[in-house]
Amino acid sequence: MDFHLSNEQLMLRKMYREFAENEVKPLAEEIDEEERFPMETVEKMAKLGMMGIYFPKEYGGAGGDVLSYAMCVEELAKVCGTTAVIVSAHTSLCCAPIFENGTEEQKRKYLPDLLSGRKIGAFGLTEPNAGTDASGQQTTAVLEGDHYVLNGSKCFITNGNVADTFVVFAMTDKSKGNHGISAFIVEKSFPGFSTGKHEKKMGIRGSSTCDLIFEDCIVPKENLLGKEGKGFKIAMQTLDGGRIGIAAQALGLGEGAVNEAVKYTQERVQFGRRLSQFQNTQFQLADMHTRMQAAQYLVYAAACKKQLHEDYSMDASMAKLFAAEAASDVTRRAVQLFGGYGYTREYPVERMMRDAKITEIYEGTSEVQRMVISSRLGVK
Amino acid sequence: MKIIVSIKQVPDTSGKVAVNPDGTLNRASMQTITNPDDMNALEAALKIKDATDCKVIVVTMGPPPAAGMLREALAMGADEAVLVSAREFGGSDTYATSQVLAAAISTIGVEDDDLVLCGRQAIDGDTAQVGPQIAEKLNLPQITYAADIAVDGKNVTVKRMLEDGYMTIKTQTPCLVTCIKELNEPRYMSVGGVFEAYSKPLSTFNYETLKDHPLIDATTIGLKGSPTNIFKSFTPPQKGAGQMLEGDGKETCEKLVGILTAKHII
Repeated sequence: MDFHLSNEQLMLRKMYREFAENEVKPLAEEIDEEERFPMETVEKMAKLGMMGIYFPKEYGGAGGDVLSYAMCVEELAKVCGTTAVIVSAHTSLCCAPIFENGTEEQKRKYLPDLLSGRKIGAFGLTEPNAGTDASGQQTTAVLEGDHYVLNGSKCFITNGNVADTFVVFAMTDKSKGNHGISAFIVEKSFPGFSTGKHEKKMGIRGSSTCDLIFEDCIVPKENLLGKEGKGFKIAMQTLDGGRIGIAAQALGLGEGAVNEAVKYTQERVQFGRRLSQFQNTQFQLADMHTRMQAAQYLVYAAACKKQLHEDYSMDASMAKLFAAEAASDVTRRAVQLFGGYGYTREYPVERMMRDAKITEIYEGTSEVQRMVISSRLGVK
Repeated sequence: MKIIVSIKQVPDTSGKVAVNPDGTLNRASMQTITNPDDMNALEAALKIKDATDCKVIVVTMGPPPAAGMLREALAMGADEAVLVSAREFGGSDTYATSQVLAAAISTIGVEDDDLVLCGRQAIDGDTAQVGPQIAEKLNLPQITYAADIAVDGKNVTVKRMLEDGYMTIKTQTPCLVTCIKELNEPRYMSVGGVFEAYSKPLSTFNYETLKDHPLIDATTIGLKGSPTNIFKSFTPPQKGAGQMLEGDGKETCEKLVGILTAKHII
């Protein structure tokens, strides 16, 4: 696969880096410490077209490509895992399913506000009893005249407390199992919709994570996304795309940790020598960089395949599996290279280590990725 | 109305500065950026464009890779770009450069309601001469050190920032204004802007394009035609970080006096 980046992609990488260094990095520690959603950063990203990168201009997108989007998440994650997942969840989990499955009316109604970043999007699939087993949906949707009535709850919803528009899954016909799940576009102003309290998390602490609660929530019939009973397929397709975003987040976190470790080990002196002069440090950094470089190839390959409308499901799973585990390993090793200072909040590597862990869990655990990959290999 | 913005690709002085044996900068071996003051000039033009929908044209003189910088200016929102590039122009000092740039700007055309914006000075040469010299050669009124620019039709009001205060000057277009960093905060390229940048027009003016222009004198362009002689080039030693004392009370004054006394300054 050819990874020569286009002139546009090289220019965007430069722009993302400048933005991340100047606007995102200075806030990363504070929003983690205070568990504060960085709305001011979202507003800046919206103005620059970063909330709708790979969608057509006719719907308010920036007219870019999937790799340019993955690179954006990667560059943000190098300095702040929280900011990266805000863009990823909004783009991959809300904008993408509406763009890919919505009617023309739905796209015209919802995408301009979402892609311009005037409104934030979120995705509601996970329930207390339907995590990795997403087919166990207990939220129900009953058609009553010109609207559906939704009842149930969702949990661990990224962007939940700040989003205006949600793609939500609910059971319309329990007797049909997976084929009885349908997808809906839900606005936060719909009667019977509310959000729960902010979850206190180990990492990505500035991101909003909460429950969604549906109590006789009225959703107009025209907000059914795709056909009735096709929700599970939409959810799985959406998560395929989402995995590219999370893989890019993991990639950035690992790369960011390598950057910090390279810088620190050249400054820190022990036994009269810089840490970087010890062969153990050199070998550690070489291994860490190599792992992240390999992750980058997998992430970029999956993004390019999605852009070309090729089957990228296994590629996205491999990218997420490898990048997430590499990020967890590399950030942990970075903390080790920093020693005691790495364990303090004075340096960013402990935050990166905490942020990296979730990439092995959300949007499909590493175990789920292994299930996807092995099933694609025909292993039963 | 249109605004022509003269910008320059300069070595990133946060990296190492390399110098050729003849004393000129070895630009090829250094990372480059758009000159910071020029970014303020471009931002000022784009702000006026946001308000009036006027056209913004960026122009630079430099080697072919400077086209990359022009594309970035287009990605920020400029409409057209002109690269002035020829072996004959290489090594030009400020006198020769302003002659070529004035010819290029005049070839683009300066109409009655147009504005020419430049950065105050480039971080490589630090002369602050090119902007004013372009104005002289084009016979345009010039206002330097702009910390604020207001355009109302043909009326241009500029607040100049001087060492000991501000001076507000009113003039009319066409005119040339040099800009300083206090003027604004340059915007980032936008994602959509980047994808449009490569479809916007970028023309190249070479020696052939400009050689017959009345402002061009073949004997006073390029390194040979430049009257400036460089005796020595060197990287100045870095200044130590200053010490800031905060507070306005007697205690802070006493602390300041103590430090100055200890250093035998007073």
